[in-house]
Amino acid sequence: MRRQLEGSRAVAEAVRLCRPRVIAAYPITPQTHIVEHLSQMVADGELAAECINTESEFAAASVALGAVAAGARAYTASAAQGLLLMTEVLFNIAGLRLPVVMTCANRAVGAPINIFNDHQDSLSLRDAGWIQLYVESNQEAVDSMIQAYRIAEACELPVMVCMDGFFLTHTFEPVELPEQAQVDAWLPPLRFSRALDPVAPATLGGGSEPDNYLEYRRAQHQALDHAADEIVSTAAAFQSTFGRTHGALIDGYRLDDAERVLITLGSVMGAVRDTVDALRERGERVGALKLRCVRPFPAAGLVHALRGARRVAVLEKAISAGAGGIIAAELRAAMHAAGIALPVDGFVGGLGGRDLTPASIEAVFAASAAAGPAPIGCQFVDVDAADEAARPGE
Amino acid sequence: MDRRDPFRLNALTSGHRACSGCGQAMAARMVGDLIGPDAIFVNATGCLQVFTTHNAQSAWQVPWLHSVFANAAAVASGVEAARRGLPGSERVVVQAGDGGTFDIGLQCLSGMIERGHDALFVCYDNEAYMNTGVQRSGSTPHAARTTTSPPGRLSEGKRHLKKDMLAIVAAHHMPYAATASVAFFPDLKAKVEKAMRLRGPRFLHVFSPCPLGWDHDAAASVQVARLAVETGLFPLVELEYGAVTGVMRLAQRRPVEDYLRLQGRFKHLFKDAHGAAELRHLQALADANIRRYGLLDATTAWDTGEAGRAQRGGRGGYAPAHGAAS
Repeated sequence: MRRQLEGSRAVAEAVRLCRPRVIAAYPITPQTHIVEHLSQMVADGELAAECINTESEFAAASVALGAVAAGARAYTASAAQGLLLMTEVLFNIAGLRLPVVMTCANRAVGAPINIFNDHQDSLSLRDAGWIQLYVESNQEAVDSMIQAYRIAEACELPVMVCMDGFFLTHTFEPVELPEQAQVDAWLPPLRFSRALDPVAPATLGGGSEPDNYLEYRRAQHQALDHAADEIVSTAAAFQSTFGRTHGALIDGYRLDDAERVLITLGSVMGAVRDTVDALRERGERVGALKLRCVRPFPAAGLVHALRGARRVAVLEKAISAGAGGIIAAELRAAMHAAGIALPVDGFVGGLGGRDLTPASIEAVFAASAAAGPAPIGCQFVDVDAADEAARPGE
Repeated sequence: MDRRDPFRLNALTSGHRACSGCGQAMAARMVGDLIGPDAIFVNATGCLQVFTTHNAQSAWQVPWLHSVFANAAAVASGVEAARRGLPGSERVVVQAGDGGTFDIGLQCLSGMIERGHDALFVCYDNEAYMNTGVQRSGSTPHAARTTTSPPGRLSEGKRHLKKDMLAIVAAHHMPYAATASVAFFPDLKAKVEKAMRLRGPRFLHVFSPCPLGWDHDAAASVQVARLAVETGLFPLVELEYGAVTGVMRLAQRRPVEDYLRLQGRFKHLFKDAHGAAELRHLQALADANIRRYGLLDATTAWDTGEAGRAQRGGRGGYAPAHGAAS
């Protein structure tokens, strides 16, 4: 059914269709509407779930952990400070290989405190052992949420669906919602093989030592590597059932014959597509690539997709302070490992909700047009002129 | 083995790596065996987790889950929520040390109680961070020596008071909150059984000596635990919805020195006038407990003498069929 929905409502409807039995959350802007909608669905009897309103995000993640360990499908959502407060538990969920699914309503991390969108929160947790999917639209958020449960439960790995705060969570877009019967057929109830059960008592979360910890971590890394296949096959299965796709690990746009490619993630990809169209009309051979999956990092897929490119720009809404762009560094490493000398310009912009307009994106394309090697580190997009005069960059 | 035969079940079986004389190992075995096989146990990080689940081995014969230090009560909330409305009669039990209860776990515990989860939270209180090497906690008693509250030229051990954990949880107006001790097994048994008959959030605070951290003979753990009760320093009481409903009367009142002298962690108090002042302070704390709970004059089901005899096989808290009620 096609409906005009706020992004948070659309995600809540998608979660409802997945029939979680336990929902645990603590309110934080811009995640709140998702949980409010779910609470109302439970209050109205539209969703048979336990809504656990915890005293912190740390507890919310812990409730989801306990629920899945006891065999129930569970859901949580957070952002920014809340996501970082969950950090210890998020690593633990991944180490215990529990298929928890959550939404991150991406928001900047303080200080200075800022409620608006960037990707610093979830990208800071890229090492936590979670599959991370970044979505471009509310439709993709809906579809990715349904896919996330199937991926998580097939791989016994947690999945974080990252959607831009406000730009998506608080924006109304037309969204196609699948029917319950369709989702039920596509996503059977959770059968968690290691669920806590007094009839077959098992110990979950015991200690390890130097002689086996490395092997546990290696197994977790390999599981994430293998999850790439599951993400691809799930996207294909979703397309054949529901008739929609948003790409799996990456989603290229006008890459054929593109000499220069801009890589980004999240909702800004819409404006990037428009900018590519405009530049193409002017005869520039440019393309774009949406990084849908940050973990597992699709290094091979990126190398393959960029085989014809002459230069690449990465535009990202997060920074590893003191180093530069996070995705740019990972892409450079992937290219280097593949023996490809492809200049990768790193751009950091859109932090704390700053708009990335078509003009900003055009400027990024223009700044990534030179011949020769790309500078190490990152360039900042749309820096205030007065600030640039006071503290000139490179 | 039929796990559902309570006379066969050891929830916590032998072969674990606790120190000799470990009060927490005794307490956890008592509690686990009493609760039986129809339960899911959630454990905070701490000694109990470390010495029972070493390196792919486990001493637990009940389903057991450990996540991190601070979140046991929240994890248990999730386990309990997941079991709601499903067939099966299993109960949820949370186990934590004093660090995982008084300090880092307090917020999650408060949330679990406030939301009314049907879970029993058991705190095995050994009055310091023993797993990391005897650092002071919010439960460490006043003037005790730990590695982070050392006595010295300017210090008589821990400067602050032991947090009144029972009053804190009871202030949530929860169905049941009680203290118990490894030295009074029939009393502990009656309290576990009572807690398991009730629904909703319940709290059991079990006094569990640590010979290593308290610096006493490993064979003296039960004696030390008994003296903590008999001096009034650790009253055995029950609260229901915030009101005191049960008190174990002291058959005879012992001076706090009888308890303190057995333990190296209080040795510095017997050296000089500064120590003597702290001894008077500790006696005053015991006296305050005695007055507060009426430990000398309360009309109670049993007193420390009777409970002590019962522990040696006489009258007391075993099943009523064995004549405990007479």
